[in-house]
Amino acid sequence: VIPFALIVGISAVGSGLSSVEGIGMSLVVFAGASQLAGLQLIAASASVVVIVFTVWVINVRFMLYSASLGVHFKDLPFPWKAGLAWLLTDQAYAVSIVEFENNPDNPHKKWFYLGACVVMWAVYILGTAVGVLVGAQIPESWSLDFAIPLTFIALAIPAIKHRADLVAGVLAGGITTFGVGLPYNLGLPLGVLVGIGVGMLLEGNQK
Amino acid sequence: MNIWLLFVLMAIGTYAWRLSFIYLFGKIELSERANRALHFVPPTVMLSLIFPSILRSQGTIDLSLDNPRFYAALVAGVVAYYTKNVLLTIAVGMGALFLIQGLF
Repeated sequence: VIPFALIVGISAVGSGLSSVEGIGMSLVVFAGASQLAGLQLIAASASVVVIVFTVWVINVRFMLYSASLGVHFKDLPFPWKAGLAWLLTDQAYAVSIVEFENNPDNPHKKWFYLGACVVMWAVYILGTAVGVLVGAQIPESWSLDFAIPLTFIALAIPAIKHRADLVAGVLAGGITTFGVGLPYNLGLPLGVLVGIGVGMLLEGNQK
Repeated sequence: MNIWLLFVLMAIGTYAWRLSFIYLFGKIELSERANRALHFVPPTVMLSLIFPSILRSQGTIDLSLDNPRFYAALVAGVVAYYTKNVLLTIAVGMGALFLIQGLF
């Protein structure tokens, strides 16, 4: 979480945001990978539709976490559900689901999860603030914008497990790269949708 | 567009995903097909963000072999594959870019 928060803070400054906007983005959106994607697209002057679409698509994984945690929180009143959902992150999910599966009858699940979330939240916001301060000291000639694709390389490579993943990804990346001239930079959503479609077809044929 | 409004738009959809099944659990279930489609989100979205920032960093497509970002990304990819360490991948990738830009 700490390196991620730092990179988000540094990249926010690198993308032309003010310090307050950089920290504010972490407070409002609170989802590292999608913030980096958003920052890269803001710096590239992409259209609002494409920026928001990309952020939403990256964060669709939260729906899977939500489904997985939902079983454990199903008897909580709505305000608890609303609050716990707001704090959902990759790391809080990972820590909690391991604990819940080992001790399914733990009566303090919500407190365990809340504790994990609050720690993640505090570290993340602080980390962003430090990143923003550091980022402001780094000269532009250091090509810090390159840290964003590097972060995605580190995340993407373990996510490519089968040939279908690779074909889907390369197709999406290729369409996005060549589709930059399309109206509203629709190359990215188009690439992602085509990639998913072809990936599903390939996977279907292998079975 | 106001940047804060943009953040709020990002946050609305993100919160909807987070709340979805914590709220709806037991009322709806995700189909097997939807699950399979979601599985392709990380590789497609991430490579869609990686490719243009390496191949079009100057605004036009640069598929030539003297694009320093291409080599730096390749080195970073190897580090990512063997270590799965985000921080190390960034450090080595940035280091490679400085080195290549300094040498040529």
